[in-house]
Amino acid sequence: MTQPITGAQMVVQALKDQGVDVVFGYPGGAVLPIYDEIFLQNEIKHVLVRHEQAAVHAAEGYARSTGKVGVALVTSGPGATNAVTGLTDALMDSIPIIVLSGQVPTFMIGNDAFQEADTVGITRPCTKHNWLVKETDALSGVIHEAFHVARSGRPGPVLVDIPKDVQFAAGTYTPKVKANTSRYQPKVKGDPEMLSRLAEAIATAKRPIIYSGGGVINSGPAASQLLRELVDETGFPITSTLMGLGAYPASGEKWLGMLGMHGLYEANLAMHGCDLMINIGARFDDRITGRTQDFSPNSQKAHIDIDPSSINKVIRVDMPIIGDVGHVLEDLLRIWKSQGRKTDKAALSKWWAQIDEWRAVKCLEFKNSDTVIKPQYAMQRLEALTKDRDRYICTEVGQHQMWAAQYLGFEEPNRWMTSGGLGTMGYGQPASMGVQMAHPDALVINVAGEASWLMNMQEMGTMVQYRMPVKQFILNNERLGMVRQWQELLHGERYSQSWSEALPDFVKLAEAFGAKGIQCADPKDLDDAIKEMLDHDGPVIFDCLVEKHENCFPMIPSGEPHNKMLLPNAETQNQITAPGAVLV
Amino acid sequence: MSNLKIEKGSSRRSAYDLRDPNADTIERHTLAVIVDNEAGVLARVIGLFSGRGYNIESLTVAEIDHTGHTSRITIVTTGTPAIIDQIKAQLGRIVPVHEVHDLTVEGASVERELALFKVSGEGDKRVEALRLADIFRANVVDSTLKNFTFEITGSPEKIDAFADLMRPLGLTEMARTGVAALARG
Repeated sequence: MTQPITGAQMVVQALKDQGVDVVFGYPGGAVLPIYDEIFLQNEIKHVLVRHEQAAVHAAEGYARSTGKVGVALVTSGPGATNAVTGLTDALMDSIPIIVLSGQVPTFMIGNDAFQEADTVGITRPCTKHNWLVKETDALSGVIHEAFHVARSGRPGPVLVDIPKDVQFAAGTYTPKVKANTSRYQPKVKGDPEMLSRLAEAIATAKRPIIYSGGGVINSGPAASQLLRELVDETGFPITSTLMGLGAYPASGEKWLGMLGMHGLYEANLAMHGCDLMINIGARFDDRITGRTQDFSPNSQKAHIDIDPSSINKVIRVDMPIIGDVGHVLEDLLRIWKSQGRKTDKAALSKWWAQIDEWRAVKCLEFKNSDTVIKPQYAMQRLEALTKDRDRYICTEVGQHQMWAAQYLGFEEPNRWMTSGGLGTMGYGQPASMGVQMAHPDALVINVAGEASWLMNMQEMGTMVQYRMPVKQFILNNERLGMVRQWQELLHGERYSQSWSEALPDFVKLAEAFGAKGIQCADPKDLDDAIKEMLDHDGPVIFDCLVEKHENCFPMIPSGEPHNKMLLPNAETQNQITAPGAVLV
Repeated sequence: MSNLKIEKGSSRRSAYDLRDPNADTIERHTLAVIVDNEAGVLARVIGLFSGRGYNIESLTVAEIDHTGHTSRITIVTTGTPAIIDQIKAQLGRIVPVHEVHDLTVEGASVERELALFKVSGEGDKRVEALRLADIFRANVVDSTLKNFTFEITGSPEKIDAFADLMRPLGLTEMARTGVAALARG
């Protein structure tokens, strides 16, 4: 590899050396040399999306479902600015992706050239790190470093901006092993003294809870196994954030369900009433904590996180442990076993008795109907008919997302792709393409609302072109459901702009793209319709017409603590106070 | 990273243990940040402060190692103890940042700032300005028949004091460099 090669050849070579098998992208003037190199090889498959935002979300879906770095390739100017939402989404949810963007030639930068944008400037706050490469000799080293930064420590998105003259010029290729990765080496091992303190706290805890998050999934499958071992070893109840679903199996007996704003009653009350909280790879997001002043007031808190800035950012903790979840849990279990400690069994059985009382409230019960499909019922039937399959679920953002999180069960990590931190409507459909590309034989379903789904509906074309048999399961209430719910709770039922008056005929839309469309409006037909969707070997748009005014419960009204939850059929008027109303 | 109060891999000495966690008093801290001198690094640091709503009272930056291409950014910032800790942790997260030192809590340090003052005046005022400059050990670096330009080095407080005295004597222009600081010993 001592012979000089062009920058464009370097890009493709570096991707191959990094084990990349699929790139999501969209060509344009400033990336044509790279597309030429893609044309000349067969190892890396390129998926032509219909909008650059979708390329980035697809890379995210690929990354979340495999644990590998997802790759998107976009052109300069609008190509790069369209990638901004996806980059921000990946930053908020700690998803390792790399975006390669074309740039106008170095000698034209700053001249307001055609399709020029200050891409590194625009993406600086929404990437973990980014680079503008001005010399071909530096290009391959930067790409290897970019992969390293994306996947190391707290994962995240990175961007490499490559001017067109750098792609054309020849230079020396730096192999992966010789790339400089030394300057970014986050510590992965937790402080043993603090781990000992945590072991002691576990032994003496009377009302403990484990609160796990996306960090467990990001740490890799071994971390999920260790988490399960920790739960088995201690017998502690476990809840998880939206991002962490699947790290502990939903069928496990210690599972309390998701916590947070639309989390389960038992999970939130256990968080509020616990005396020891072990936060494993979560970040005390505001969807989780509710009012921070009243958050779990009587507990000692341990926080395991690889990012030092997550510690004490929102909630002050007593036992901060900075490190990778997998390494920390391994060390914690070793310390726990070597010290021969035991949990307080008597106290734990009392705590479980209390939790069982909360469970008996059955917070996910809903009033079903014979005449109209309740969205919760649709989720229950989807779960029943798909749970034994090799299944991956994506979602858009809104009520359907919360219902999917509440009513679908996840047994394994990397099976659940959703936009948590940024809450990006339009995420799910392209993400489901990324998942399907990574797992061609698996069942991939995007649970969507019709409003979110329309935000990236152009990607049906991509799915049809590449024969991706993704199932688009749309809970269609002809409303912006979550907006409508907040307007009901907060704005005196004035439904300002939350009604989509002119929706497409989704069956005809599917047919127009060359896919299959199914519509279902009657609960009696639902099972057969879902089976028809599953049996079809190709992309399907499933238009599930559901109850239009269903609210998503349980719910912690904004500005309230965990123990002030609204249960199904709750009085919905005046539940949000004036200070709560300013929160989102 | 060695002198971050929240260390990577060990948070035994987190600031939580050092100061009252509930204090909401605003503190002034001087941070020294050692970074790779690469394109955009200052924008990353400044963008962090503006994006997250932190304060910058002064900021100085220059390359300190011309072979290794590292720069030292000295930032004077204000905030509650919790915010100061966040600032340090957030700075530590930036890829080209090597070290973050909080000179305010890491023991004694010296802080110096350089300033240039242009003072215009005639007669007694002109004489008085020169006399005060002498007391403050300010040097005259330029003079015309109408004005003096003084150069003064010292703590920011000393420079403030000098400015207060010069104002009634005909201070017309002032340039300050911002703080450069080093730990003592």
